[in-house]
Amino acid sequence: MNKEKRKYLKLSGLEPMIVSAETNFINVGERTNVAGSRKFLRLVKEEKFDEALEIARHQVEGGAQVIDINMDDGLIDGKEAMVRFLNLIMAEPDIARVPIMIDSSKWEIIEAGLQVVQGKCVVNSISLKEGEEEFVKHAKSIKRYGAAVIVMAFDEVGQADNYERRLEISKRSYDILVNQVKFPPEDIIFDLNIFPVATGMEEHRKNAIDFIEATRWVRENLPHCSVSGGVSNVSFSFRGNNTVREAMHSVFLYHAIKAGMNMGIVNPAMLEVYDDIPKDLLDHVEDVILDRRDDATERLLDFAETVVGTSKEKTVDLSWREEPLQNRITRALVKGIDQYIVEDVEEARQNADKPIQVIEGNLMTGMNVVGDLFGSGKMFLPQVVKSARVMKKAVAYLLPYIEEEKRKNPKEEEANNSNGRILMATVKGDVHDIGKNIVSVVLGCNNYEIVDLGVMVPAEKIIQTAIDEQVDIIGLSGLITPSLDEMVYLAKEMERKNFNIPLLIGGATTSKAHTAVKIDIQYKNAVVHVNDASRAVTVVGDLLNKRSNQKYVGDLKEDYEKFREGFLKRTKKKEYLSIIEARKNKYSINWSTSEIKKPNQLGVHTIQEFDLKKLEPYIDWTPFFRSWDLHGKYPAILNDTIVGEQATSLFKDARELLKKVFDEKLLEAKAVYGLFEANTINDDDIEVKCVHNVKNQGVEERTFKFRTLRQQLKKHAGKPNFALSDFIAPKDSGIKDYVGCFCVSTGFGTKELAEAFEADHDDYNSIMIKALADRLAEAFAEYLHKKVRKEEWGYASEEQLTNEELIKESYKGIRPAPGYPACPDHLEKLTIWELLEVKERIGVELTESLAMWPAASVSGYYFGNPDARYFGLGKIKEDQVKDFAKRKDLDFEYAKKWLNPNLVDN
Amino acid sequence: MKDIKKILEERILVLDGAMGTMLQRHKFTEEDFRGERFKDWPVSVQGNNDLLSITQPEAIKEVHRLYFEAGADIVETNTFSGTTIAMADYEMEELVYELNYQSAKIAKEVADEFTKKEPHKPRFVAGSIGPTNRTASMSPDVNDPGFRAVSFDELRVAYRQQVEALIDGGSDILLVETIFDTLNAKAALFAIEEVKDERSIEIPIMVSGTITDASGRTLSGQTAEAFLISVSHIPMLSIGFNCALGANQLTPHLEVLSKKAAFAVSAHPNAGLPNAFGEYDETPEQMADQIKEYLDKNLVNIIGGCCGTTPEHIKAIAQLAKKYKPRNIVVLTN
Repeated sequence: MNKEKRKYLKLSGLEPMIVSAETNFINVGERTNVAGSRKFLRLVKEEKFDEALEIARHQVEGGAQVIDINMDDGLIDGKEAMVRFLNLIMAEPDIARVPIMIDSSKWEIIEAGLQVVQGKCVVNSISLKEGEEEFVKHAKSIKRYGAAVIVMAFDEVGQADNYERRLEISKRSYDILVNQVKFPPEDIIFDLNIFPVATGMEEHRKNAIDFIEATRWVRENLPHCSVSGGVSNVSFSFRGNNTVREAMHSVFLYHAIKAGMNMGIVNPAMLEVYDDIPKDLLDHVEDVILDRRDDATERLLDFAETVVGTSKEKTVDLSWREEPLQNRITRALVKGIDQYIVEDVEEARQNADKPIQVIEGNLMTGMNVVGDLFGSGKMFLPQVVKSARVMKKAVAYLLPYIEEEKRKNPKEEEANNSNGRILMATVKGDVHDIGKNIVSVVLGCNNYEIVDLGVMVPAEKIIQTAIDEQVDIIGLSGLITPSLDEMVYLAKEMERKNFNIPLLIGGATTSKAHTAVKIDIQYKNAVVHVNDASRAVTVVGDLLNKRSNQKYVGDLKEDYEKFREGFLKRTKKKEYLSIIEARKNKYSINWSTSEIKKPNQLGVHTIQEFDLKKLEPYIDWTPFFRSWDLHGKYPAILNDTIVGEQATSLFKDARELLKKVFDEKLLEAKAVYGLFEANTINDDDIEVKCVHNVKNQGVEERTFKFRTLRQQLKKHAGKPNFALSDFIAPKDSGIKDYVGCFCVSTGFGTKELAEAFEADHDDYNSIMIKALADRLAEAFAEYLHKKVRKEEWGYASEEQLTNEELIKESYKGIRPAPGYPACPDHLEKLTIWELLEVKERIGVELTESLAMWPAASVSGYYFGNPDARYFGLGKIKEDQVKDFAKRKDLDFEYAKKWLNPNLVDN
Repeated sequence: MKDIKKILEERILVLDGAMGTMLQRHKFTEEDFRGERFKDWPVSVQGNNDLLSITQPEAIKEVHRLYFEAGADIVETNTFSGTTIAMADYEMEELVYELNYQSAKIAKEVADEFTKKEPHKPRFVAGSIGPTNRTASMSPDVNDPGFRAVSFDELRVAYRQQVEALIDGGSDILLVETIFDTLNAKAALFAIEEVKDERSIEIPIMVSGTITDASGRTLSGQTAEAFLISVSHIPMLSIGFNCALGANQLTPHLEVLSKKAAFAVSAHPNAGLPNAFGEYDETPEQMADQIKEYLDKNLVNIIGGCCGTTPEHIKAIAQLAKKYKPRNIVVLTN
């Protein structure tokens, strides 16, 4: 052996594979070869590539370290099949992790294969059969593609069939490759031709021993290269007698590997362990392989008669099927194999007292493994998707049995071996629960027991229930800004009561920033912001994992602290004006030229009877999908590559329920709106005159004031600090101007419907009806705004806008809503309620947090000036809060509590 | 000029930092991007940073200058998206040769300025070859995993054009970087080998992959070592990683390369991970502090910065790197 340090053959799929002295023997899978497997050929011919992939997967699972792929068959388009199959393999991480051997006698198929595989492959094969020129050309190309190569012991004369010819051809090939092509010697693998022995022909006697000895010579004289071969050939004459064949393979390999063969195609199912071969059989086989006796073949043939029929069926690929039931189920889930899941689940069901236990026990055990592997980066997303599919198939099979069980024992409590008990509540003053319900359902599916306290739940009740029910986690939800403070309050209460369970925070206005800065600091245990259902499962799983949750909580705390520090640092960078300076930089409309239209219909109006069907074209579906954690714009979302299918099916269900709502008039819509004379006074207030016709007492005029808030962030030169009052002519201009306000609701009937669905265990439709009612309320607001612009106020009677343009807010004038960015102060709703007599006229009420009830309601202002625009208030300073409290005649602390989310630096 | 391979044996070479981050400071408008020449271009070109080599060459040169001043030995040309494939978004496929040629030319002009001033510290230009916006071994359509949006040959042809222009414009090195799909990189390397062969030239090649997440793999799923093996048929000047992760997260993967690669090892990480607002806020000191770990462990031969890094970052890194010996480039067997 050359003194030079040995260089190893290195290959790669998604993972490296290094053929070193320690790797002993590399097993190449051969079942994905149309010449070697009739089944594979049939699947490729019938274009059943999914099943063909399973063959590749089985090989890798069975221990193949490289897979050989061959598509050389007269009846298939080899190039196309090779590319297609390789592309599909690349999408299967548990197959693609091993290197590929691209096997073809046609160069164009080899090259097409090399162009679609990212890892370092092996080309199988080239040889001097067609002469040196062709050999060199192909070798150069392979080198440039970065692949290793199998060189067949074949030249212009023919195949090497004895010891000397094997040496001659391999030496010549090696010299050309290394010296002329500069091919890396470690990337050369010789296939020295394994031919059958014991054929009865004298010239075949030395076939095995010649291969073994030639291998020894090549490994000693041609530095760094490898030797490979197809092992099953050697036993060809004993087809039908697997016991003898398996022994022959083992014996051949035992000696060939000792001589230096380090790679080969072996069917692992056709291999006996060398030490397990009975002594007498071993002796007979070794005589043949090593050509030790003249009568070796006859003796083995005779002996073979005695072992016929004792051959055992072994399929290493499927050995996992013999493992205990739980292992099989877990494996099927982890590997995403749905082939056997129904039979395994049936077996589990027969073993279980109740069918539900199969889900809670066997399947959840498996899914936990999936979750752990995914969480630690050992599984990729596509695999998890496959696991979910197997899970679904299993659950679908069990469902009829579970239903049957329920029918038989309707009263019986379901066995309580849940993963944990989670209290879910929408906080006091807030009525929004769609997101909370989705999270509850998803957690429920993952075997958590949910204690759902519903909406408007006071902190005291949450605390008491948590103690009584011994819950493991509290989850809070809220949509309106005052809920943020309620959550802070609850965290403080949990700390005060010395709670030691995690707190989850979710809902539209919540954020990681708010959770980190305001809530996390109040409570010693974990406070986690979770805004989507799929994440909730992992977070809850981590929080309740007894082995690791302390570390997880510690990490969370640290993460939030870091985030908090970063956030606080960031906010300090911004500069704010005093409210006096901000007013000096107000937005100025040129009132002498501004178009002001007197409304056609001044005063307050109500709509009591309304055909909901009219709202259909005004529905903005995008937020509907978002409420189901499906992100994307409607209608494009229906064709989205990822969520399209789910979105389409959800949309279909929504349309069906909507039709039912329309046809059976299940929901009731009501609206109240008013248009009034108005002028801005003292910069930021809008004085509104409301003229009532009071029965028998003539006309009564009452004055209201809308208190608006002004942006205080220091702007770039030329950019104003907006307040809504800027869009109304100031009183001292002497110009008469107008403002409007409204409240619409489509929520009447929602609660009853949702409760009916829930009673029917139909969470899906319970959530659906609420989500639809919300969309209808928004659509009603859109519809009414249009009516006001075109008719009631009439400043845009010529307007022709499509629904998309409406959603994009292309119209003139605005309808900002209290509690939203332009006017985040919820207190202003009280003024609107008083002015429009909302509760009295249409029955929409305000909760203590000033959320509207029914939840599917929208209220706001109308500003008609063409220069009016939407803006976000942003952060304001305490001086404005003081001023605002004074203007509204409120206690400062009270006002501060309401404006807290918008207050800078605290 | 001294052979870069020789210099690599003597000291750690410093690569520049982010181009995009520096250009953002100019807040270039659509008009600025267009310049006079493209004022009537039919599609919006704002955001086509490569185009600035033609329309705002002074701004690009200024960035190169700032990095050289900060201590960089090598600057990358402003050609990350300089292929017909990536330029298709702007309908500027026809301009690919010119974009690459000009970018290399102006970078070389600045490099020569500095080499002339400081002949003891020659400056180099690396022609930057990005990944394009398509992947050759992954399907963009989850419902059709066998589909490919681009073929090896399409990539090879596109890269070839970029490579020729970068060489013609005066690049000293070619840098195939931000590799998220190794097959794309193999197509680029194939094209480079073809050009080298046809022109009978040698040009040093740097290869830099991207580990995309905590799984420790490239986007196309390869581990660091599998990636190294897949491109090792090329006589590279260096192999390394850039982008996606901050310096800290890159350490284990650089350790793999450092241990296994028979080439120089490079790293140009991001300035940490982007925050919730998509900004990088790791300071030069913070980043240098993490890079110190590479140097203490003797992992690298070439060090620089990717997204979010600035001349201040490079300066801090360069000053630190000066104090260390480069990693020994030995031909290892395993």
